[in-house]
Amino acid sequence: LWCGASSRWIGVTPEPQQRIYCANHASHLDAVVIWAALPPNLRRTTRPVAAADYWRGGVKQWLATRVFRAILIERGKRDGDAEARRVAAREAVEQTRREMGSDSLILFPEGTRSPTGEMGPFKAGVFHLVQSCPEVEIVPTYLHNLGRVLPRGEFAPVPLLASVTFGAPLRLEPDEDRDVFLDRLRTTIEELSRA
Amino acid sequence: MIETLLADRALVRAFGGILVLLVVASVAVRILRGVVDSDRAKATVEDAATRIRSWWLMCLVFASSMALGKVFSVVLFGLLSFLALREFVTLTPTIRADHAALFWAFYLLTPLQYVLVGIGWYGMFTIFLPVYAFLFVPIRTALAGEPVGFLERTAKLQWGLMVAVYCVSHAPALLYLELDGYDGNAKLLLFLVVVVQASDVLQYLWGKTLGRHKIAPTISPNKTWEGFVGGVSSATALGAALWWLTPFTPVQAAAMALLICLLGFAGGLTMSAIKRDRGVKDFGTVLAGHGGILDRIDSLCFAAPVFFHLTRYFFRAVG
Repeated sequence: LWCGASSRWIGVTPEPQQRIYCANHASHLDAVVIWAALPPNLRRTTRPVAAADYWRGGVKQWLATRVFRAILIERGKRDGDAEARRVAAREAVEQTRREMGSDSLILFPEGTRSPTGEMGPFKAGVFHLVQSCPEVEIVPTYLHNLGRVLPRGEFAPVPLLASVTFGAPLRLEPDEDRDVFLDRLRTTIEELSRA
Repeated sequence: MIETLLADRALVRAFGGILVLLVVASVAVRILRGVVDSDRAKATVEDAATRIRSWWLMCLVFASSMALGKVFSVVLFGLLSFLALREFVTLTPTIRADHAALFWAFYLLTPLQYVLVGIGWYGMFTIFLPVYAFLFVPIRTALAGEPVGFLERTAKLQWGLMVAVYCVSHAPALLYLELDGYDGNAKLLLFLVVVVQASDVLQYLWGKTLGRHKIAPTISPNKTWEGFVGGVSSATALGAALWWLTPFTPVQAAAMALLICLLGFAGGLTMSAIKRDRGVKDFGTVLAGHGGILDRIDSLCFAAPVFFHLTRYFFRAVG
């Protein structure tokens, strides 16, 4: 790979089972790099979840849907009222649930690329998604240096060495609170950055 | 090109010597593996085995690029510089505002430096990075409009370019020197590389076997006085013994080899200081047992430009 990405699996091995890879998001390359870090047989059944408003139209849409087979979901409008945002979010979760079938997902709980490389707050969508399919394993995934390789707003990647770290799978505990779960997921990813 | 190189008996003999050395080392490791029983000795032997495997690869790549001709050697070193710069920048923190400067450093400045070497434009390649890139990097970074840590950020990239690109590019530049009554420049490059790398290996071997007194424990715990003296003197002796590869007399060859060894040592020490500061042991993991490209060529970085200029100054064809 151009950015010399290396991958590590800590407490988890690549298995052909349904999983949701949850990663920090800093670059367009994130999903590609996770995908490339998976063994070829898993790549076919692993699909990224991306924002429809960003990836709609022309080449972008072709790339997203044909090449990466992404599931494009609508992000709630920032200025919409609370109720409309809730509806949009629920619809996005249901759509993802419908489209994923038995495929694995690559998902960025921050919902957008971090401009600084620091992890932003996690959106609740991932919680609702897992709630609807608690049997699916969540694989916490940490991406290192990709925000430097291709930061937000740049179009040409710089060939620095990057890495992907997959951590031990999490599951949603019964009756686990939304914020507790999101916090746990976040902490696990942060810990991977130091592993 | 291959025919002319094969016709050069000295070059063939030198590569034959390297081949014999590698075979001997590989066989020795195989024998040692069966003999040693303590865990520590086993680890040392395994480490040596990994290193030797990487040496086979490095020698193969180096030999084939030489056999393919000047241009391929320049391309090979250019590639090494590119990878080394990548390791260097990966380790030194940059921010988003540095992206454009990094982009130009990787995709324009580095290749251009090697184009200048490749067309033999001495007057330009010796000043291109120290003058033009030196000015370009801060200008482009300033245009990105982020003042925090400005001097530090630009200095890091300038340093990376100088060490990983500028210094290294003097090695293939040897191929383009016009020397007095000597046209086996490939052998001169081979002399430099063999002496630098032999010095590294011999210092490692002497240090492993006799090393007691550390030179700079805060910077590199593996460098000892015993390793330094033993390694430098034996590599210097090797350099003197290889005088027939060069335009030098045996005494001149010894002096040059000594200089190469001392600078190589200094290079290793300096790069260790950077690694220490960043809290890592190696720059990368490309070469099994050796670390990254930059870990392998740190000595070459420092030795190449000085060796190049001294050779040019004293042995250049006049007129």
